[in-house]
Amino acid sequence: MRFYEFECRSVLGKYGIAYPEGGLAKTAEEAEKLAGELGCPVVIKSQILASAAREAGGEKVAASPAEAKAAAEEILALEIKGLSPVGVLVTKPVESEKEYALQVTYDAVAKLPVMILSDVPRKNLDDVADDTPERITRRHFSTLAPIRTQVYTAKELVRGLNIGAPELNRLTQIASKLCDLFLQYDLTVAEINPLALTGDGKFLAVDVHMDMEEEGRFRQQGLLDEFGIPSTETRGVRGEPTAMEREAQAIDAEDVRGLISPFVEFDGNMGLVIGAGGGSLTIFDAVTQAGGKPANYCAIGGNPSVGKARRLTKLVLSKEGVNKIAVMSNVVSNTRADLVARGVIKGVLDLGLVPSEVITIFRCPGAWEADAFKILDKYNIDYCDRTVSLSEAARRAVAKLDD
Amino acid sequence: MAMFIRIDVNEDVVRDTGVASKLIETCPVKIFAPGADDKSVTVVDDNVDECTLCDLCEQACPDGIKVVKLY
Repeated sequence: MRFYEFECRSVLGKYGIAYPEGGLAKTAEEAEKLAGELGCPVVIKSQILASAAREAGGEKVAASPAEAKAAAEEILALEIKGLSPVGVLVTKPVESEKEYALQVTYDAVAKLPVMILSDVPRKNLDDVADDTPERITRRHFSTLAPIRTQVYTAKELVRGLNIGAPELNRLTQIASKLCDLFLQYDLTVAEINPLALTGDGKFLAVDVHMDMEEEGRFRQQGLLDEFGIPSTETRGVRGEPTAMEREAQAIDAEDVRGLISPFVEFDGNMGLVIGAGGGSLTIFDAVTQAGGKPANYCAIGGNPSVGKARRLTKLVLSKEGVNKIAVMSNVVSNTRADLVARGVIKGVLDLGLVPSEVITIFRCPGAWEADAFKILDKYNIDYCDRTVSLSEAARRAVAKLDD
Repeated sequence: MAMFIRIDVNEDVVRDTGVASKLIETCPVKIFAPGADDKSVTVVDDNVDECTLCDLCEQACPDGIKVVKLY
């Protein structure tokens, strides 16, 4: 779950990381008053649960309280990525001599948290790593040892960009504190970008972004209470579910056998009926890597009924521009391949389509796959067993998109 | 219309062996429903393709029920 920037600033404040003076205004009048108190110029920034507010016109500089009011009015009415702001952040502008980007997140490959520092600010750090790898540095750290015993790691991080005294020590402290709060609050991302070095040698967190692990909510009830976030407020990155996502939830709820969850709609043209827990994520990535553009993500499993697989197939194929699907899973022992095969074929036939033309590949190795193969043979559907990797199966499926 | 499974019911055997209620109770996917009287069953066509091939109906009435795969 994501935090608004004004909440992130509050978290930074608990750890003594400085940020530009200012506060949240929920109305244009409050923004005007706050601008008057701070002294102009001020920066007015939209408070939404999405990045790139600035690019979308969600950030303005105001030279007077009246201008601040007008800017706030405009920003409060501005929807960005379908999200309406809960207010505007009114802050003093920062004149920086130099800017950095500092992030703490998890490295899924190393299975460790990692601190990342770059001297290329205001850019996505993944892009920085791709475009200018010499300007980014990383250090993993342990979740077991207290951060105070790992300050040397933060210092190594900062030295990795050839930063010397006096910034070395100050940046090291900030990086250590960010690691500390990252673990303390069960975050998945804590990013300060840009982290500005001002003329008087201070560092200020000009923009900050934090995501908390959903499963951490019960441990962080105190923080959530402090911010007034009720349990019903999911703070999902994607906002409210789409009509298609709601329909998938309904299909799942109406039939207790098996599971279709989560179901997420995307903009692509390749429908996915995929499963096997983490395997579905791997399959989604494999399809993307093979050049496919998924129309949806889903995780079907737990031995769904034929009817559930059928309704899911029809739902996936109901999306405009989607006329082919891939049915794939990793090896699963708790889902019957023959029942899934029956369901997807029935779903395709219900729509008056030809299964062999619509189903690009069927790869669901596991229980009752011999029966599944007989069914698939009968309808001339291309299938494979576990000897064909997920990547290869995805490649074959994507290759058929243009057929 | 079922496409993958066919259920053959010998109504006389089901009636003679008195297993109608057992068939209705046993099937996990509700393929059997009460027939014209309490000694007979009807097959719910919408549920036939849900058959998990669990064999419970054939065990309950070996001579009266046959589950046939259509593939």
